[in-house]
Amino acid sequence: MYKITKKVVLNEAIDLMHIEAPLVAKNAKPGHFVIVRVDKDGERIPLTIAGMNGNDVHIIYQKLGYSTQLLGEKAAGDTIEDFVGPLGKAAHIRDKKHVVGVAGGVGSAPLLPQLKAYYEQGTKVTLILGARNQDYIILRDEYAKFCDQIIVTTDDGSLGQKGLVTDALKPLLASDKSIDHVIAIGPVIMMKYVTLMAKEYQKTIDVSLNPIMIDGTGMCGNCRVSIGGETFFACIDGPDFAGEDVDFDELMARQNYYKEEEHVCYMRLKK
Amino acid sequence: MIKTPRTKMQEQDANIRIENFLEVALGYSLEEAREEARRCIDCKNPRCVVACPVRVKIPEFIKLLLEDALDEAFETIYEDNILPSICGRVCPQESQCEGACILGIKSQPVSIGALERFVGDYGMEKGLANTGAPPSNGIKVAVVGSGPAGLANAASLRKKGYEVTIFEALHDYGGVLKYGIPDFRLPKEIVTNEVQNLENLGVKFVKNAVIGKSLTIDQLFEEGFESIFIGSGAGLPSALGVPGENLNGVYYANEFLTRVNLMKSRKGVFSKTPIKLGDNVAVVGGGNVAMDAARTAKRLGAKNVFILYRRGREGLPARLEEIHHAEEEGIVFNLLTNPVEIIGEDRLVKQVRCEHMKLGEPDTSGRRRPLPTGEFTTFDIDNIIISIGQKPNPILKDNTLGLDTQPWGGIITDEFQMTSIPGVFAGGDVVTGAATVILAMGAGKDAAHHMHEYLQTKNKQ
Ligand SMILES: Cc1cc2nc3c(=O)[nH]c(=O)nc-3n(C[C@H](O)[C@H](O)[C@H](O)COP(=O)(O)OP(=O)(O)OC[C@H]3O[C@@H](n4cnc5c(N)ncnc54)[C@H](O)[C@@H]3O)c2cc1C
Ligand SMILES: Cc1cc2nc3c(=O)[nH]c(=O)nc-3n(C[C@H](O)[C@H](O)[C@H](O)COP(=O)(O)OP(=O)(O)OC[C@H]3O[C@@H](n4cnc5c(N)ncnc54)[C@H](O)[C@@H]3O)c2cc1C
Ligand code: SF4
Ligand code: SF4
Ligand code: FES
Repeated sequence: MYKITKKVVLNEAIDLMHIEAPLVAKNAKPGHFVIVRVDKDGERIPLTIAGMNGNDVHIIYQKLGYSTQLLGEKAAGDTIEDFVGPLGKAAHIRDKKHVVGVAGGVGSAPLLPQLKAYYEQGTKVTLILGARNQDYIILRDEYAKFCDQIIVTTDDGSLGQKGLVTDALKPLLASDKSIDHVIAIGPVIMMKYVTLMAKEYQKTIDVSLNPIMIDGTGMCGNCRVSIGGETFFACIDGPDFAGEDVDFDELMARQNYYKEEEHVCYMRLKK
Repeated sequence: MIKTPRTKMQEQDANIRIENFLEVALGYSLEEAREEARRCIDCKNPRCVVACPVRVKIPEFIKLLLEDALDEAFETIYEDNILPSICGRVCPQESQCEGACILGIKSQPVSIGALERFVGDYGMEKGLANTGAPPSNGIKVAVVGSGPAGLANAASLRKKGYEVTIFEALHDYGGVLKYGIPDFRLPKEIVTNEVQNLENLGVKFVKNAVIGKSLTIDQLFEEGFESIFIGSGAGLPSALGVPGENLNGVYYANEFLTRVNLMKSRKGVFSKTPIKLGDNVAVVGGGNVAMDAARTAKRLGAKNVFILYRRGREGLPARLEEIHHAEEEGIVFNLLTNPVEIIGEDRLVKQVRCEHMKLGEPDTSGRRRPLPTGEFTTFDIDNIIISIGQKPNPILKDNTLGLDTQPWGGIITDEFQMTSIPGVFAGGDVVTGAATVILAMGAGKDAAHHMHEYLQTKNKQ
């Protein structure tokens, strides 16, 4: 059992939680993730480690379906059944001068520790923070502590610039020659288009892949992704990969294979 | 006596059992067990014992059974095999103990597995393995993985007085016994019971601890563990390496079986980790894993389940009983059939194209090598489950400096089962590659002996 030591409702869809888990906190680095099981017989869901203090590990999750909704019903002081990590490979912090981070929705949570690591090694950091509307823009103050510049985009224009993250990225890449790297974390479709744009401007790009996972230890093979025609297991080879040759369309299709079942599961919870 | 046929074990009818996950073979009654035990001629030089990887004293326990000394029969088996209820059910007896039984030459061998299961279950019900916790000698040892290798290692070391902690990556204990082998062959209560026995012995269990990640081998030493046993198994699925392998609807057996066993998805029952399966299911491979996947698919309601296997019938590595049960359950065997391409539409699997094979000269495994014929067949399918083998998971290797491994990932050990890191031992599938429960159990037990010697020498210095 793992104790929830703190919970903050960031907006109607997204929460932040601190979980007491010394075995996870001990070796965790930016880019690592955990697998959470809310209760007995619960699903194993992967969530990125968004930060740490002492024995506490921070997660930021979007209440998308059954399991994340169930997690959202827990309060500080409650416990959850399982919490295992740190899983995956730590993010590869490259030797770069000026990095643009592109965060879509809850992707801003996993991006934060990575961008911070870049900043701490002396890299200049620019951020594009995109979401569907102003309520979904999270962690802006945290980022403001170290980002050189933050551009906010919302689909409906309720905050910042109206439009997609790529609308903000294009002029940036076109005008600022000092930019030598892009990191995109968010919905797969966003990572796909950001990757295409980075390639167009000949910048290296890292993305964080989020296929369906079960064990997270390289045992089931559910999390396989195709990169340059080769198969990788995102849970042990990733989840962060260079974006250039990722087959994003395959990833999207694989994410949707269980869509109907997930929906049925979710409807049961609503009842 | 010799010509008396084996005492048949009661089984669930094939038509009924394909609708449930209850155990297929129902076990002997005391009467049946006695009847079968009487067939053993108590050989002076029992060939069966030599053929058992852990040398269970077979004629001895059978004799005790006949004398109604069931407690002693259990003790006798338990001295060599701490998992009799499990091994009695899943050992490939036909190629081990029973395969060597003298009666097998002229007639049928003694049903040693069934008798071992009977005695094991008797002991389990009576709690005979529950001897209480021996006093501690104050020396801490760590065990990585809670499969049969880890469990056996922990039990042996605890009995010698060591303070043993098992670290398991998953949220439940038992390794393949829990997430791989289905209930209809090995009810999960049996595994849970064995784990409970170890807890009663005083073994500590820590779940959700991925060694190499949550704690490294070095950190285990820093925490005061003086020796470490690695029994992390061979969990990484091997790929078929044909086009279309990443289409939706293509499963590795591990994913399929884990969803059903560990995550408890069952058709018609509300599950948070569901399993999606259509009417026509192909299973690639011919081992126990393939049989388990095929029979599980049948139980989940698939109408046509068929095996695709590139060798002939004699080449099937699965236990005979499993092949037999699979056939009774309507699983079709397409032998000498090798998948070469998985074909999809809208990223969903639709067909599998296979090449017919013929048998050539024996290969390194001693089996006749399958050769391509240039003739192809295409099957319509909704799902395909790949079950062609597992390799050791790379997490420990990748995160442990100085741990020598084979090119295929297996951990290299010396004659005392010590790895390239002093004080770190290994055994089971992670050393041999995917093998059997009894070999893993034996390796865990033997390693306990070597660790004991190592620790005694070390602590004397
Ligand atoms: C490495 C990794 C890191 C992640 N980090 C975060 C994070 O920091 N914050 C966050 O909000 N989300 C994160 N996710 C996504 C998160 O795991 C899913 O949103 C969650 O599993 C959804 O579960 P659900 O039951 O609530 O929703 P469901 O209704 O079951 O699913 C919603 C969507 O989530 C995906 N999904 C479902 N089950 C799984 C699963 N077991 N593994 C992966 N994806 C699944 C499906 O593609 C589906 O479309 C991460 C995913 C991965 C692989
Ligand atoms: C579907 C299936 C059917 C089978 N049927 C039979 C059969 O009928 N008869 C038979 O004899 N054999 C059978 N086998 C083979 C047999 O199960 C294995 O040979 C045996 O379980 C190996 O035991 P082990 O202890 O070495 O490893 P495993 O049983 O694989 O256990 C290893 C454990 O270590 C854990 N682990 C891995 N890495 C780490 C880490 N870094 N940190 C912490 N924990 C870790 C794993 O999660 C797992 O729980 C079958 C195998 C499968 C998959
Ligand atoms: S442990 Fe396996 S091989 Fe040995 S006697 Fe028992 S069933 Fe036979
Ligand atoms: S070889 Fe057969 S008959 Fe002889 S002791 Fe063993 S089980 Fe009995
Ligand atoms: S999640 Fe099972 S192998 Fe990656």
